[in-house]
Amino acid sequence: MADQIYNAVFIGSIYALFALGFTLVFSVLDILNLAHPALFTLGAFTALFAMQQGVPAALAVLVAFVVCGAAGVILDRVAFAPLRRRNAPPLSAMISSIGVSLILIRLIQLQYGPDLQAYPAGALPAAVFSVGGLELDTLRTVIIGLAIGLMLALTYLVRSTRLGRELRALAENPRAARLLGIDVDRAIAATFFLSAGLGGIAGALYGFATNSPFSQMGQSFELKAFSVMIVGGMGSIPGAVLGAYLLSFGEIASLTFLPSELRDAFAFGLLFVVLLVRPRGILGQRDVDRV
Amino acid sequence: MDGLQQFFDAYQTTIGFIGLNAMLALSVWLTLYTGQLTLGNAAFAGIAAYGSALLTMKAGYPFPLALACGALLAAAVSLPLGATVFRLRGVYLAIATLAFGEVVRVAILAIPITGRGQGLVGIPPKTELWHIFASLLVIAYVCARLRISTVGRAWAAIREDELAAASQGIPVRRYKLAAFVLGALIAGWAGGLGAHFDFAIQPDEFGFARAVQILVFAVVGGIPNVFGPILGALLFTALPAVLQPLQEYRDIFQGVILVLVIVYLPRGLATLLELRRTARLRTVGAEDVA
Amino acid sequence: MLLETSGLTKRFGGVVAVNAIDLAIAEGQVFGLIGPNGAGKTTLINLISGHLRADGGAIRFADADVTRLRPDQLARRGIARTFQSIRLFKGLTVLENVLVGRYVRSRSDALASLVPFRDAARPERERARLLLERVGLGKRAGAFAGELAYGDQRRLEIARALAAEPRLLILDEPAAGMNPTESAALREMLRELAAEGITIVLIEHDVRLVMGACERVAVLNFGRKIAEGPPAEIQADPAVREAYLGVADDA
Ligand SMILES: Nc1ncnc2c1ncn2[C@@H]1O[C@H](COP(=O)(O)OP(=O)(O)O)[C@@H](O)[C@H]1O
Ligand SMILES: [Mg+2]
Repeated sequence: MADQIYNAVFIGSIYALFALGFTLVFSVLDILNLAHPALFTLGAFTALFAMQQGVPAALAVLVAFVVCGAAGVILDRVAFAPLRRRNAPPLSAMISSIGVSLILIRLIQLQYGPDLQAYPAGALPAAVFSVGGLELDTLRTVIIGLAIGLMLALTYLVRSTRLGRELRALAENPRAARLLGIDVDRAIAATFFLSAGLGGIAGALYGFATNSPFSQMGQSFELKAFSVMIVGGMGSIPGAVLGAYLLSFGEIASLTFLPSELRDAFAFGLLFVVLLVRPRGILGQRDVDRV
Repeated sequence: MDGLQQFFDAYQTTIGFIGLNAMLALSVWLTLYTGQLTLGNAAFAGIAAYGSALLTMKAGYPFPLALACGALLAAAVSLPLGATVFRLRGVYLAIATLAFGEVVRVAILAIPITGRGQGLVGIPPKTELWHIFASLLVIAYVCARLRISTVGRAWAAIREDELAAASQGIPVRRYKLAAFVLGALIAGWAGGLGAHFDFAIQPDEFGFARAVQILVFAVVGGIPNVFGPILGALLFTALPAVLQPLQEYRDIFQGVILVLVIVYLPRGLATLLELRRTARLRTVGAEDVA
Repeated sequence: MLLETSGLTKRFGGVVAVNAIDLAIAEGQVFGLIGPNGAGKTTLINLISGHLRADGGAIRFADADVTRLRPDQLARRGIARTFQSIRLFKGLTVLENVLVGRYVRSRSDALASLVPFRDAARPERERARLLLERVGLGKRAGAFAGELAYGDQRRLEIARALAAEPRLLILDEPAAGMNPTESAALREMLRELAAEGITIVLIEHDVRLVMGACERVAVLNFGRKIAEGPPAEIQADPAVREAYLGVADDA
């Protein structure tokens, strides 16, 4: 039981990190960035590459953050900025991001092939310790702590810093934001850097935990992340965190009444029900449907 | 003559898939033309593929009847689904239909008779190329004629401005539902044909990736008329075969084309076919779907 | 009475945009609705056309309770309208806009259209062309609605509404953005329509247009009806002068 809760907290933390980046771009720009899973994968492989060069794991996570963040900014310049300039609707950006995703995943495959990889032996902490009879491994525990720290940091950043205020103004009304003298281009670049960077860290951490990064690893997270965002409220940061843990605990709980091959059905069933009953999600504030 | 025969033999599968994909692209075109982004058509194809294949394999149904039953099954599922999800719009609608697709995929994995993860193997190969292209012709014709009928005008009006469309007396929800169900029927027909073309089917063939691929056919091809989706399906199905020598870089080509088309030909390749002065306004594409 | 509202009320959060409005509009009447910006005029007609749900009160149209009907149901019963913020089908041609406006009057030709080479929509197109001639847009039939000049867009919206051959035509500030010539032409057209017996509700800031065209005028202010009567009476009413005519200049 305690073991399962520990597991739920771990997987929920990864869901949350993944979904936070996803939701950040959506809340600021109304774009569903379908290249986010590819950035997640890129994070895992950037860390792998760095560690193969002898960089320690902790530093490799930082490298993944920076590389993916930069990739996110480039992605925006290439695939989204031209669309934004002519006021194209969200669907165009979504399709464009699918194109980028195809390219990114293939580039990773060209380097590493389609199969499961492993991090260099001994590069990851393998220690196990026990608390009150519960066996915990150092790696996962550190990951959980790091993930929660990042969530708090992002929340602080969005709530209480100048950049956060700018992002919120931009999300509310881009034109007004420009009139208020906000450097919109810089704010958008920051959004993509943070979003993709978080996605990259999530990928690296998940890669560590499973020690088997592979080129399609982002895919199942993408679908789960839709569920997380809808349940918590599209574009809401606390909503994404809440949704992530609700989903991970729900999935674990569902195993007691669903056969394990139906585990994934839980996420989509939940998503579906929330959409129909309360489309704005638990913490969502936007009106989904306004005349 | 011999050369042509050889060409057909060599590319039989690819040619068949062009036709099947074109039908699927048309199935999603119906809702896109109405301004609605739905991603359920891969799942509808899957429902019909499994349904019809099981009917021919286990129940001994004649092929055409099994096809019809599969397509009707897909349409029957789409009706209550559409009735519930069309209160949503934009990404919410897209995600809801996507979630439905995943539920279908997981359900197929859970039902023993489908062969689960291994897939359903040994489907009698009843589908001939001419079945596929005759179906495509009929479907494209129906879609093209509907487009210029009162129904097509109502769909276009809903796409342009839902509220104003309702003010003209158009029952908006009913028209959206009609486009959705008709799309499911077409996707189902294509799914059944595909199942009997391919010997085996697997749940993953009808998942998220497939749904997105179908959308890409239609959007890259263009939504102003029925030629767009067909063109998109042709391009993205033939390209991998043509690029066989460059297989490793195939996805990169596709990705680059996708981005280029969206950025430079926002209303799809069909824009290239319409070189009228007002082509920019005339044509409809991703730009018009919320 | 063709249209009656009783105690019609609509709130937006704390704002009572429409507050217990009683109206009675006779068949064939041209009825003016005036009031300062934000008085609740648009909200009132959104209630009547079914785009908003009332929080209280009732609407009767042609002797039936229509309070809870949807816009498309009301359109089928004969209510047509234009929008203050023009809502044309911008990506469709001028002619197609009018054809969509004919929706309630034309039979579905979905099946007929499947017959090869048959042009099922032909009679409807002829009618639509006539209507376009009438509003002076005959030459622009093939243009896209979004390409038209502002005044032309307003006229096209009226043509689209007329295409349904409505019993009640609601016009929300049809002269806004029109130049004096266009506005005069509009006045002329309203007179013709009235002569044909169409019931019209006209919201307008152009006092000359309202006073010239309407048989009866109601004045709204802060969601309430503060006066109703023939135009001359309304112009003389001190409450109206204070509430409305006083601010008319900046409207
Ligand atoms: N959708 C809405 N949501 C919130 N408030 C609204 C909405 N529509 C109108 N209002 C408010 O209702 C009041 C009446 O507006 P409106 O009917 O547009 O006035 P008018 O047409 O007379 O200028 C205004 O205070 C306006 O701000
Ligand atoms: Mg108004």
